[in-house]
Amino acid sequence: MQKEYTITVYTEDRIGITNRITVIFTRRGINITSLTTAETEIPGVYKFIITVISEKEKLVKIVGQIERLIEIHRAFVHEEDEVVYQELALYKISTKALKNGNIEQLIRDNNARILTLTEEYFVIEKTGHQQELIALQAQLAPYGLIEYSKSGRVAVIKWSRRFHDHLKELERRRPDNLKQAEYRDHTEVSAEEESI
Amino acid sequence: MQQKDVLPMKPEPAEKRAATTAPLNITGSEAVIRSLIAEGVETIFGYPGGAIMPIYDALYDFQDKVHHILVRHEQGATHAAQGYARTSGRTGVVFATSGPGATNLVTGLADAYMDSTPMVCITGQVAAHLLGTDAFQETDVIGITMPITKWNIQVTRPEDIPGAIAKAFYIAGSGRPGPVLVDITRNAQVAKFDYEYKKCDYIRSYRPVPELDQDAVKAAAELINSAKKPYIFCGHGVLLSGAEKELIAFAEKAGIPIASTLLGLSAVPVDHPLYVGYLGMHGNYAPNIMTNECDVLIAVGMRFDDRITGDVSQFVKQAKVIHIEIDAAEINKIIKADVAVHADAKTALSALIELVKPGKHDEWLKGFREADKKEEEKVSQKELYPAEGGLKMAEVVRLISERTEGKAVLVTDVGQHQMIASRYYRFKDPNTNITSGGMGTMGFALPAAMGAKVGTPEKEVVAIIGDGCFQMTLQELGTIYQSEIGVKIVILNNNFLGMVRQWQQLFFDKRYSSTEMINPDFVQIAKGFYVPGRKVTDRADIVAAVDEMISHKGAYLLEVVVEKEDNVFPMVPSGQPIANIRLE
Repeated sequence: MQKEYTITVYTEDRIGITNRITVIFTRRGINITSLTTAETEIPGVYKFIITVISEKEKLVKIVGQIERLIEIHRAFVHEEDEVVYQELALYKISTKALKNGNIEQLIRDNNARILTLTEEYFVIEKTGHQQELIALQAQLAPYGLIEYSKSGRVAVIKWSRRFHDHLKELERRRPDNLKQAEYRDHTEVSAEEESI
Repeated sequence: MQQKDVLPMKPEPAEKRAATTAPLNITGSEAVIRSLIAEGVETIFGYPGGAIMPIYDALYDFQDKVHHILVRHEQGATHAAQGYARTSGRTGVVFATSGPGATNLVTGLADAYMDSTPMVCITGQVAAHLLGTDAFQETDVIGITMPITKWNIQVTRPEDIPGAIAKAFYIAGSGRPGPVLVDITRNAQVAKFDYEYKKCDYIRSYRPVPELDQDAVKAAAELINSAKKPYIFCGHGVLLSGAEKELIAFAEKAGIPIASTLLGLSAVPVDHPLYVGYLGMHGNYAPNIMTNECDVLIAVGMRFDDRITGDVSQFVKQAKVIHIEIDAAEINKIIKADVAVHADAKTALSALIELVKPGKHDEWLKGFREADKKEEEKVSQKELYPAEGGLKMAEVVRLISERTEGKAVLVTDVGQHQMIASRYYRFKDPNTNITSGGMGTMGFALPAAMGAKVGTPEKEVVAIIGDGCFQMTLQELGTIYQSEIGVKIVILNNNFLGMVRQWQQLFFDKRYSSTEMINPDFVQIAKGFYVPGRKVTDRADIVAAVDEMISHKGAYLLEVVVEKEDNVFPMVPSGQPIANIRLE
């Protein structure tokens, strides 16, 4: 059955790793609906949080193929109740809307907050699940929503304690000998040094 | 040409050479060559060009240690490296330049990836400051080869070269082997640095050797011990892990029949009493149909390719499946395993052999032999001993099999001749079947045979090639001549793209769309490359011609004109259940 799943992937810090992961979804014709990535609590280990609408059986196989990649530590597919997750949205609205008393109530009811206010516009921030963020967008639309932007998902796995230990263990061992090698500016190399 | 210092290299054992050497201020190019030598590389298949010239220049000083074979097309280098790797068990090495040189590697990389072949390709690349600018012969080879390599990396600084090469060899050869590509920008090749080499044996995110789950082994043994009709599928993993002896000992102890996949061929001698034949779309009749009769299937180092399963929903539904496989991603990918043993074949079988009880399943084995009779009668007899008509591929293959005593390295291309050769060659020794299995790359055989011969010079190497396939990579005859590679080339010429024609006949109302070939004079072509040859059209001449080929020292081309519109049977029509196997 098709439904939304969260996939988490723990990776080394390598150029092109996003490509390597996404191409596995592309091959099977699965659309990624959101992708968030950032460094984990372990320096040099990154976590990708990917949401897709697909079937679990298919995703289990995809996760296996992701794990096969050399620079991947682990990859998991999660049902909705296995993760605690949030998304964040920003709503840019014309300042004129503030003259309407309802908007204050709307912000309170939605547990949102105002980030900035200028003469022209103000920006509301809200975190929550996708449906809540979209619901607020619909409510704000009549007030003159200028721009709306929503993040991908961030998630922590409910049963992840052992994996955290695994990552810390990795850190204690030898680091990746090529990790540093890949982050430098190509322009360092002068043109005359090189030409055939 | 400026003479560079050559590091005094005593003939030390490979392990000792591989140990850390004292720092040495050299160019990245020289570091490439020294790193390869430290990995024990003796042979490179390659083709020079602008962006890899500094590396070729460095190679010039090491010709006494590394033998470079100049191919005629980069695709040929990859297939040669594959043939080399699969016969010698060592990692094949390829050099190519940037742009078209690199893109010409794509087919071979994909083939090696599908068929788990260890290979390290080193490509030259434009200078780092030109990356992404559409410079002359610049192509994003990392992006292009990402989905068809086990790993790839671009190196833009000389100091990263030894580490990248060390990792490349470690990754290519460990776990489930595969191809790796190292792309080195020109500036990294020419700049100097303090060279030091250290072999790689650990990558923290990579676990090539899984821990053997003893409980899984126990569960597998229990299933096997209680089985009435156990059945072994022997895959490529048996050869890759060198588990032929373990597999045979295991099968003999528990009395279990063994069938082979296309790439598993040669792991078990064809004349072994428990060997029941070859699986798949054009495999033997008995091993295919008996799959749906067994009660416990022990799949060893194989991945349930669709050419074996046919319609998966009607494949081995009645049996418990034990899947021994080193690549976790293959377990439960196609067929759900009741017991999964995540390990290489050798480790798993060594453990399993202790736990299985001695057994015999004579009745069960007899069933195979009875089914064989049907195939003999309907197919093999007619193929091997035709009363009349043109020469048959099968009789030629069987003759070669007899004349080489089943001990030659058989390199096959792709199509009818490949299936026939796999069916009728009677393999005796492991790693003597080299073919393009997963990719089905036409043009594979000629270059792969060169590599196979270089990898095992003591063995007779016979390439069986179709007329279509031969014309895809025939320029490698130039390499065979220049590098004096004594391969025997047999072209089974039916003047058709035979397998496609067969499908057109069976499934497209004999509409032979673009499959008939008007062929050149193959013997004349060989002559042009100074490779002697002979053409045979009559049955009366075939024995003498094969004998002439085998007794000839050095390369030889034998063209055999075979029956024009012949079909390969048995055949499981694509996507259908194996029960629908056709014998005619």
